[in-house]
Amino acid sequence: MRIHISPRDGVPIYMQIVQQVRRLIASGELVPGDELPSIRGLADSLVVNPNTIAHAYRELEGAGLVTTSRGLGTYVAGIDQATAHADRRAVLADRIDSLVLESRQMRIPFSELLEILHERETAFRAGDEEMGDESEVIRG
Amino acid sequence: MAEKIVEVRDLVRTYGRTRALDGVNLTVERGSVLGLVGQNGAGKTTLIKHLLGLLRAEKGSVRVFGSDPVADPPGVLSRIGYLSEEGDLPLWMRVEELVRYSAAFYPGWDQQYADSLQREFELSSDAKLGSLSKGQRARAGLLVALAFRPDLLLLDEPSSGLDPVVRRDILGAIIRTIADEGRTVLFSSHLLAEVEQVSDRVVMVRAGRVVLDDELAHIKQTHHRIDLVFDEPRAETPALPGALGWEGCGKSWSALWCGESSQLEASVALIGGKVIGNIGVSLDDIFVAHAGRDRR
Repeated sequence: MRIHISPRDGVPIYMQIVQQVRRLIASGELVPGDELPSIRGLADSLVVNPNTIAHAYRELEGAGLVTTSRGLGTYVAGIDQATAHADRRAVLADRIDSLVLESRQMRIPFSELLEILHERETAFRAGDEEMGDESEVIRG
Repeated sequence: MAEKIVEVRDLVRTYGRTRALDGVNLTVERGSVLGLVGQNGAGKTTLIKHLLGLLRAEKGSVRVFGSDPVADPPGVLSRIGYLSEEGDLPLWMRVEELVRYSAAFYPGWDQQYADSLQREFELSSDAKLGSLSKGQRARAGLLVALAFRPDLLLLDEPSSGLDPVVRRDILGAIIRTIADEGRTVLFSSHLLAEVEQVSDRVVMVRAGRVVLDDELAHIKQTHHRIDLVFDEPRAETPALPGALGWEGCGKSWSALWCGESSQLEASVALIGGKVIGNIGVSLDDIFVAHAGRDRR
């Protein structure tokens, strides 16, 4: 599982793990039925207190993202489309929060932040079209 | 509530006219990792010496596994794996002699585990401890501290002056000890990133007193770097309860603030300001703020 922690980050380590597993699930990199590393295994590889890993897994279980059966391991839970979508939104909301906060710090009004978002989206679309084949560009 | 492996109550220790420990309370629960942090001379080593029974409590009480370490040294010491910055190893011994000597001393010595640690740490049996590098000597000390599977691992500044590879071995040892059901770790360090990485609980001492004692996750959740703006310039630092280490001037100020995030906006509004920034902080920042300095 692709997880990196930085102890110096302002976010507690258990929360960093929760956020990253959430993202891996939202992006489809982890799918229902996938097994998460054992608490001990992940503690060893990240060099992090096993209690911290257990804390993260409990949070994930509480959020319904994983199921844990004693002695059998921790698995990504099967969730319905609506919940999966809500979760993808929650992951994005986390990121947007820091964006909103930063623009407030820089005293950029929210309306201007929205403009920048639109600009960036347009730039990405232009990039996509350059990359796509001719037929798609004509259809567009 | 989990069993208390270490319980220190109102401990006082004076050296001449200096109060090295000034009413210290400390509890370490079974199965947890406690990180003890503080500046040099804050009292960390003096506290650890009391746990080992090397110093008698002048006032207050010290209990390790429920016993007084001064009254019952073998009962307590045979269950503590101890490693200090200096190492305290007999430098004239060879690695194999150290292993044999330690195996005879500790009833719970696990020779298989000792052998696997010796291979992992690349310690050759006939090497003299005195001729080993500082890192290899720390590994030899770690081997002895771990191989009898102690109920309590006590590390006093174990990483001081060591390279990152050996430091990782030490952290790995802490993780392994705690992953073994029912074992407990207390370690002191001034490398706060390491403390953040492995601790359940952090105790910060300053001038012989405990200034912070809390679950690490809770410490991180309740400490924030905040940025405030005021409508009018201010001549003095804002009076915000829970704020430490103010920086700034005029209309914009920032500080390290300790409290519940949900209450920040309201508290700042009370003093006529507005919150424009609120981010989490590292233990380093928290430490500096509690050490009472205004700037890094």
